[in-house]
Amino acid sequence: MAHEWIFIGIILLFGTIFAAVPLVVNTIVAPKKPNVLKNETYECGMETVGDTWIQFKVQYYIFSLVFVIFDVEIVFLFPWAVAYKQLPFFAVVEGVIFIVILAGGLLYAWRKGALDWV
Amino acid sequence: MIGIVIEALIKSALIAFVLLTAFAYLTFAERKIAALMQVRKGPNRVGPWGLLQPAADGIKLIFKEEVMPAGADKVLFFLAPILTMIPAIVIVAVIPLGPDVELFGRTIRLGITDLNVGLLYILAIASVAVYGIVLAGWSSANKYALLGGLRASAQMISYEIALGLSIIGPIMLAGTLSLQGIVQAQQSSTWYVLWQPLGAMIFLIAGLAELNRAPFDMPEAEQELTAGYFTEYSGMKFSLFFMGEYIKMVAVSAIATTLFFGGYLGPFVDKLPWLGILYFAIKTVGFLFLMIWIRLTLPRLRYDQLMAFGWKVLLPLALFNVVITAVVIVFVG
Repeated sequence: MAHEWIFIGIILLFGTIFAAVPLVVNTIVAPKKPNVLKNETYECGMETVGDTWIQFKVQYYIFSLVFVIFDVEIVFLFPWAVAYKQLPFFAVVEGVIFIVILAGGLLYAWRKGALDWV
Repeated sequence: MIGIVIEALIKSALIAFVLLTAFAYLTFAERKIAALMQVRKGPNRVGPWGLLQPAADGIKLIFKEEVMPAGADKVLFFLAPILTMIPAIVIVAVIPLGPDVELFGRTIRLGITDLNVGLLYILAIASVAVYGIVLAGWSSANKYALLGGLRASAQMISYEIALGLSIIGPIMLAGTLSLQGIVQAQQSSTWYVLWQPLGAMIFLIAGLAELNRAPFDMPEAEQELTAGYFTEYSGMKFSLFFMGEYIKMVAVSAIATTLFFGGYLGPFVDKLPWLGILYFAIKTVGFLFLMIWIRLTLPRLRYDQLMAFGWKVLLPLALFNVVITAVVIVFVG
């Protein structure tokens, strides 16, 4: 089994090479004539006002919280799904109860307004 | 051991080369199909029927100056395109392109490898792909880019849940996470799209959203964000983002083919294993055409509609699909 991961390691190497080589070639052959105006932040010709790295909308944060909860729970469903056909009927019912609890959590977040974009 | 390393090197080089060619001609095909659907001619100057256009584009981009905005975080700005590109290539490693063949006295897998945790691997790598986009948006020190990056990350994590749930159906039917195993299970039953029509639909929609393709291309909505998270990028870094996006298109099409449309299966494939690659390519190209067609047909969604659709429609449907699959397997067997 371990040798299957050699393949992954080698394609990872290739991926890195294929991403890095064009950048290196680019830095060698491309012209480099920076000036103050060219290096300014692009805002359709207007001068930039204020800092970019400020607090952003809290809604993004709430979505990522809900995401973490659901993503972890989906990971629990994977082993259940793989072994599904060998499981006794009891485990099937348990799985369905788990999904219903998941749906309950979704309903809670929904009713609390966490899923509304305002 | 040496044999395995040589095999891996040859196969990785081949796959990476095929992916880059596919990227080049996918951009060409998209422009040509868009032109035909809009009754234009499209690129037709460079070479016969414009066939050398991708090469010309590549040469042009590699000679372009790279502008680094003054306020940017230099390290992250440089890393972001690489981080977008690597997962796009690495993700195809577990996709089987055909049954095993005998070559030079060795049994060779068509496709790079086959992990017993293949689908988990795909989900994991797909999650890594978000980082490149977020970092690109953050490091540019540009408000358009920051908004694009934030939108992209929120959208990708929202649809990732539906994506993860939609592939549970094929896993339950096949009883394995290995993609080769799932294809072989489809040989003995039938294409899983017949058992999992809802799952296949959810996978395709969520896949489009993961790719930030139209109609889910809010992160790069030209009218409001100029180019979204890669506004400040130019030259080869810009084209690495493009490459990443198009190679991911190929990857999602290939995964959809494998999970729901029988992968490399087709008539006579057990006698002539090399035929599998052809069937696989035909099905994948079909999905790519579908993606281009959708982009040219549907208008872009509004951002609140997009999030509402992901959480309030797609996610409940995906949960429902898992329950229905579980019940049907119990009663039908």
